[in-house]
Amino acid sequence: MKKLLLGNVAAARGLYEAGCTFASSYPGTPSTEITEEAAKFDEIYCEWAPNEKVAMEAAFGASLSGARSFCGMKHVGLNVAADPLFTISYTGVNGGMVIAVADDPGMHSSQNEQDSRHYAKAAKLPMLEPSDSAEALQFVKEAYEMSERFDAPVFIKMCTRVAHSQSLVETGERVVPALRPYEKNIAKYVMMPGNAIKRHPVVEERTRKLIAFAEETPLNRTEEGTDHSIGIITSSTSYQYVKEVFGDRYPVLKLGMVWPLPEKKILDFAAAVEKLIVVEELDPFIEEHCRSLGLKPAGKDIFPLEGEFSQNLVAEKLGLSPVSGPALGEAVPPRPPVMCAGCPHRGLFYTLTKNKCTVLGDIGCYTLGAVAPLSAIEMTACMGASVSAIHGFNKVRGEESEGRTVAVIGDSTFMHSGMTGLANIAYNQSNSTVIILDNSITGMTGHQQNPTTGYNIKGDPAGKIDLESLCRAMGIRRVRVVDPYDLAACDQAVKEELAANESSVIISRRPCALLKYVKHKPPLKVDTDKCVGCKSCMKIGCPAISMKNGKARVDETLCVGCGVCRQLCRVGAFSGEEKEG
Amino acid sequence: MSTKNIMIVGVGGQGSLLASKVLGRVLLSQGYDVKVSEVHGMSQRGGSVVTYVRYGEKVYSPLIDKGEADLIVSFEQLEAARWLPYLRKDGQIVTSTQQIDPMPVVTGKAVYPDGLIEKMRAAGAKVDALDCVTLAKEAGSTKAVNVVLLGRLSHYFDLDEAVWQEALTALVPPKFLELNRKAFALGRNA
Repeated sequence: MKKLLLGNVAAARGLYEAGCTFASSYPGTPSTEITEEAAKFDEIYCEWAPNEKVAMEAAFGASLSGARSFCGMKHVGLNVAADPLFTISYTGVNGGMVIAVADDPGMHSSQNEQDSRHYAKAAKLPMLEPSDSAEALQFVKEAYEMSERFDAPVFIKMCTRVAHSQSLVETGERVVPALRPYEKNIAKYVMMPGNAIKRHPVVEERTRKLIAFAEETPLNRTEEGTDHSIGIITSSTSYQYVKEVFGDRYPVLKLGMVWPLPEKKILDFAAAVEKLIVVEELDPFIEEHCRSLGLKPAGKDIFPLEGEFSQNLVAEKLGLSPVSGPALGEAVPPRPPVMCAGCPHRGLFYTLTKNKCTVLGDIGCYTLGAVAPLSAIEMTACMGASVSAIHGFNKVRGEESEGRTVAVIGDSTFMHSGMTGLANIAYNQSNSTVIILDNSITGMTGHQQNPTTGYNIKGDPAGKIDLESLCRAMGIRRVRVVDPYDLAACDQAVKEELAANESSVIISRRPCALLKYVKHKPPLKVDTDKCVGCKSCMKIGCPAISMKNGKARVDETLCVGCGVCRQLCRVGAFSGEEKEG
Repeated sequence: MSTKNIMIVGVGGQGSLLASKVLGRVLLSQGYDVKVSEVHGMSQRGGSVVTYVRYGEKVYSPLIDKGEADLIVSFEQLEAARWLPYLRKDGQIVTSTQQIDPMPVVTGKAVYPDGLIEKMRAAGAKVDALDCVTLAKEAGSTKAVNVVLLGRLSHYFDLDEAVWQEALTALVPPKFLELNRKAFALGRNA
């Protein structure tokens, strides 16, 4: 029976059917649901690792041990896992190993738009690229066969529109291959120079074999067209846009394996058409390969290097006039994402803004602390960078910045790669103030457990790392916890820790307001007779508060009764319970 | 048949994912090829969100582009207006009359436009506007706005109500089923 499945859910189904028994990942949009869905199969051991490097190494260990293993991550997660990646390319695998990496063209939920295909080429590993859910399932199964046949981890490259689109899938049965024997093999698995020197030629020979495979595999297929004036080479969702616009008009070389790329197949395809065009999102990866074969395709001279494609974009760039719809005739105000009503980060950011702090930020929901009216965060780069960067920032500027600069990082991000930055602060002795925004969950990616929550991926009790003890064990003596709903307590904590003559950690602790177990209070109401329209309550940028006819108004469908706005009101216009209970 | 296009638009957190799930299941039960494209992650946090639902004999692109939508279902007036250019000629908008100020309006950097429904009609769109929040309250919870809208959307399909009820039953937790059935009926018969 055909099912309508999200690309990521189909990939998880592929893991199940291929007999994968071990998955370790770190959540990251748009990759998260692969592992979340895999965890619903009791036959697959699944876990959230503290970061992608740990996940990849754990999956490698499972492969070494003889099982079919998996790790999944978003594109920037692969930067974190790049260290094991380049060397397990040399060791190869025992049980099949599949690595899913999900790119985010258009940056729906990412800090950059890097093109992961470069990693396949750089690490000399095969990469398959599905264009819909059915292929996501099929390619994962194929990837395990290839991994064991070619003795290499194999990439499945997803992108937002494949990962987060549902399409029809034919499911099959699960087949579990026997656990492969583990045999001691120092020459293959111990990558010290003397052994690695001998493994490198094995890797190059493997690539030659994979190129031969790329020429023959049905993963790369030619679809005939009626008009040979143009031939299009494409992959992933770009293939869908091309077919949407042109149907069966032009011949298409649809590449399901984007590294290594075939040579003869591309040359034969090019020879049968008058004009060759490469349609691919982000970098000219396939295009440059075509150029290396002596071809002169059109590609990034027509198509953008940035952002997502669509059918209209493909139509327009290839000379058709795109359709357009009705126009309102006036500008519509934008609606950027904002911290949710009741978000525990809000009170803390208000405090930082009020104290005119320089805030170095990190990756998570709380990056939205950079948005007006809070406009608190001044730097965000990558996971953990806030804690590492404040150390360098303070070392250079000394007392001038020590008294007003803070790093803010979430609980999950701190476990991911904030700890090592804190180790540097403790070891190399900068007077830095780090604030851990502990909302007791990995929020941005949709509520995944992490090592500080006490629960595992299935929601069962698990090990729990105590943040206070951890920070103290690293040598931070000043560690304190505040409730971000209590503005007076936040203000006092921030002032005292900035003034202190040594490093400190403030743990701003309150669970995410969207968590199911968090009980909400009734929405607040504004007494319009008392409200003087001073807009003090507007300083926190709560989406539930707006001004109507010169008075504050609370949207009852959004307000969760957190009471932060009430603490800002000088005339007591907000009704509701006086004190947190 | 040619591919039909439905967009579900709103503000992150309003429950558009459930609406698209129900719609996807209904269309699948009718034997169509279906693609549904969703938004997860950062933009869900109170931002403008859109879900694309496409169905027909063979659907390639998961996206709906400008001038292509047969129907736009909107949880919020400003969002209906934002996605108006995606409507095809003679396309239909079904919108809740709810207004949620985006942050630039809250901070005073922008103004929420007046008379959006009339303006969309003047631009050539057919607009079915409905106070879904009041109807959802009547059903028992403001959270059921999504199902009220679904009920209204069902009105534009030549399908037996049982088909929709089957999908709701399959996708809504049992303890909320009665509430959602009521919300669906209130939207459908509004």
